[in-house]
Amino acid sequence: MKQDTTVPSGNNHQPGLRRVAIDPLSRVEGHGKITLMLDAENHIHEARLHIVEFRGFEKFIQGRPYWEVPFFVQRLCGICPVSHQLAAAKAVDQLVGVEQLTPSAEKLRRLLHFGQVLQSHALHFFHLSSPDLLFGFGSNPAQRNIVGVLDKYPELGLKGVKLRKYGQQIIAAISGKRIHGTATVPGGMNKPLTVAERDTLLAGIDDILTWCQDAVGLNEQIHTAHPEHHGYAAIRSNFLSMIGSGGELELYHGGLRASLPSGAHVFDQFDYRGYQQIIREEVRPWSYMKFPYLVELGKQQGWYRVGPLARMNNCDMIVTPLAEASRRRFKEFGQGGFVHDTLAYHWARMIEALHCAESINQLLRDPEITGIKLRAEAGEMRSVGIGVIEAPRGTLFHHYQIDEQGLVEKANLIVSTTGNNQAMNESVRLVAHEYLDGHEITEGLLNHLEVAIRAYDPCLSCATHALGKMPLQVELVDPDGVLLDRLTKGGNGLIERIV
Amino acid sequence: MSAGANQPEFSPNTFTMDGIEIPFKDGQTLMDAALAAGVYIPHLCHHPGLTPHGSCKLCMVDIGSGRASSCTTPAVAGQQVSNNTPALNEARRTLTQMLFIEGNHLCPSCEKTGNCTLQAMAYHLGMLEGHFPQFFQRREVDASHSTVMLDRDRCILCELCVRASREVDGKNVFAVAGRGITARLIVNSPSGKLADSDLEIDDLAAHICPVGAILIKAHAYEIPIGWRTFDLRQIDEIGPEKVIQARVGHTDD
Repeated sequence: MKQDTTVPSGNNHQPGLRRVAIDPLSRVEGHGKITLMLDAENHIHEARLHIVEFRGFEKFIQGRPYWEVPFFVQRLCGICPVSHQLAAAKAVDQLVGVEQLTPSAEKLRRLLHFGQVLQSHALHFFHLSSPDLLFGFGSNPAQRNIVGVLDKYPELGLKGVKLRKYGQQIIAAISGKRIHGTATVPGGMNKPLTVAERDTLLAGIDDILTWCQDAVGLNEQIHTAHPEHHGYAAIRSNFLSMIGSGGELELYHGGLRASLPSGAHVFDQFDYRGYQQIIREEVRPWSYMKFPYLVELGKQQGWYRVGPLARMNNCDMIVTPLAEASRRRFKEFGQGGFVHDTLAYHWARMIEALHCAESINQLLRDPEITGIKLRAEAGEMRSVGIGVIEAPRGTLFHHYQIDEQGLVEKANLIVSTTGNNQAMNESVRLVAHEYLDGHEITEGLLNHLEVAIRAYDPCLSCATHALGKMPLQVELVDPDGVLLDRLTKGGNGLIERIV
Repeated sequence: MSAGANQPEFSPNTFTMDGIEIPFKDGQTLMDAALAAGVYIPHLCHHPGLTPHGSCKLCMVDIGSGRASSCTTPAVAGQQVSNNTPALNEARRTLTQMLFIEGNHLCPSCEKTGNCTLQAMAYHLGMLEGHFPQFFQRREVDASHSTVMLDRDRCILCELCVRASREVDGKNVFAVAGRGITARLIVNSPSGKLADSDLEIDDLAAHICPVGAILIKAHAYEIPIGWRTFDLRQIDEIGPEKVIQARVGHTDD
């Protein structure tokens, strides 16, 4: 069994510990709650990120026809519905016996996905995380939001808004709507990209390329110029991602690569249809979110990270030149090895956004992108389909089993944020250990915890919330369950202590 | 698979609807005369050429001091009929809300969305929410047939399929069993399953459903957003028969 003893093992709860609960988190996609388990000396013993929302998609698509699945499950999320639609569509392709899409259909799907990743990454950096990075983690909460960014850095904030808008324009052109459109059909796509739509998108691409380069530069500068960011919530972890056949960064289709913190591969170019051989999920009673792990490394050592940082570390190259040049600087920062800094997620995310912009530019100039042959010939029906894609937040697994009538019998989804479950707990524990000790709870301390979580861009419910409107609550409870302190942050940023 | 139409003798008689004089032929109903004159009366269970059913009650109109289903009421010379009034449309909206909460209509992900007459009706009547508590009834899906699927979640018991099968297809595939809240669409076959019925893909009954309870398998989402029937037209510009044509035109096997 391969092991890397530098990977922290998952902690088990011990009785008689104090709790600090942060409920809910703000500026993440969804609703979560943090409980910090304190020992008798008021030191952080364990951190638990609870996912308190239950969705149940795997259950209630049972009995539904397979062709409905991509459009049903995309409703999991308002930020990355395209990723869910495409992962499910890839599974449905297998169900109808299609191994290879037509060139135009595959390119349209890739273009759709690049638009999705671009808009999601832009949303995360500019709307959700840039307030922390630009103003400082403990700065005035009334300013530390996208409105504050637009006020103090209007040009930058506007670029973020326009980047997201451009990604959504691509999605709307291909799927009919910016959110929850319909593009895929079994074995293909339902509509070609018209020349007029292509030309409209091409007209805006130069600005997008420039803004993405600026965003990479800004994130590179922020990360390299702030040594305190390097070790912030940083953990040595395994990494899992999809990879192209030549080891290149791949977001739509490829094999799976898992690496140890040292960079050694656990497996490489693994056919994702056999994912159950290499990944299992552990259920813990205090969260609806499961804990996946690499079978070969076991429950304690096998947890991993997914998403931009994992992809940037795992890949050997990027096929688009500007993003590749940025990746090389990223690797130089890591001195050739893996970068384990949790806040480097932001930097990696923007390199990916640049890769998306370059890829969009290439695809829009490809004559086949406006092709009209969009359906592959269906083959023999199969009972199992497994689709995997690199969603903005990481590797996304959709697995369906249907009966002879075409109705779903079983479904298993491992959504991207699940892949980072243990990692988020570990990062929170590290930050809490450093910044939160004793009975004193402050808003700045709370946001330090949130900054660690936010770096992963978690989509806790796959639902959206109004920015800055979510209240935040922390409770301090002694080992006997007596409430010692409670701090509440309202939607207006005002902090109130209620004991 | 044409529905066919009776051709009653011409009569010069007219009635008035919302101040508009509408000609009618002997034996013609208010609904058929209005549709022929290009005047829309909201309806779900009516289809020209099939025996009027009068069950959805959306086509209720005021005639003098009374109220009647226009699809089953013969036109009479000189009648004063009110159709597009706030009171009638309020009642129609309430009926439509009741249809939504009785069934399981998941419009956002439904493959019929954009081509669904019930959904278009809700938009037409300004229905913004279900108003009543959702029933969440458990209804059976029948996917046993090789090419046609029956999803009872969406059935509104309009019996268009029942009548189409009997009157046009010359079969007797569908029926409604039970009464009141237990009423449900059943299949006349030994097992009660579509696979054991004599339903065929070219039957009008396989295509006439206005809400996607009866669907041709594996053709979902083929019409892009923006090109679906009700993306292009309002429901009061056309009748359900046009919806059916859009659907039939897309089943190319």
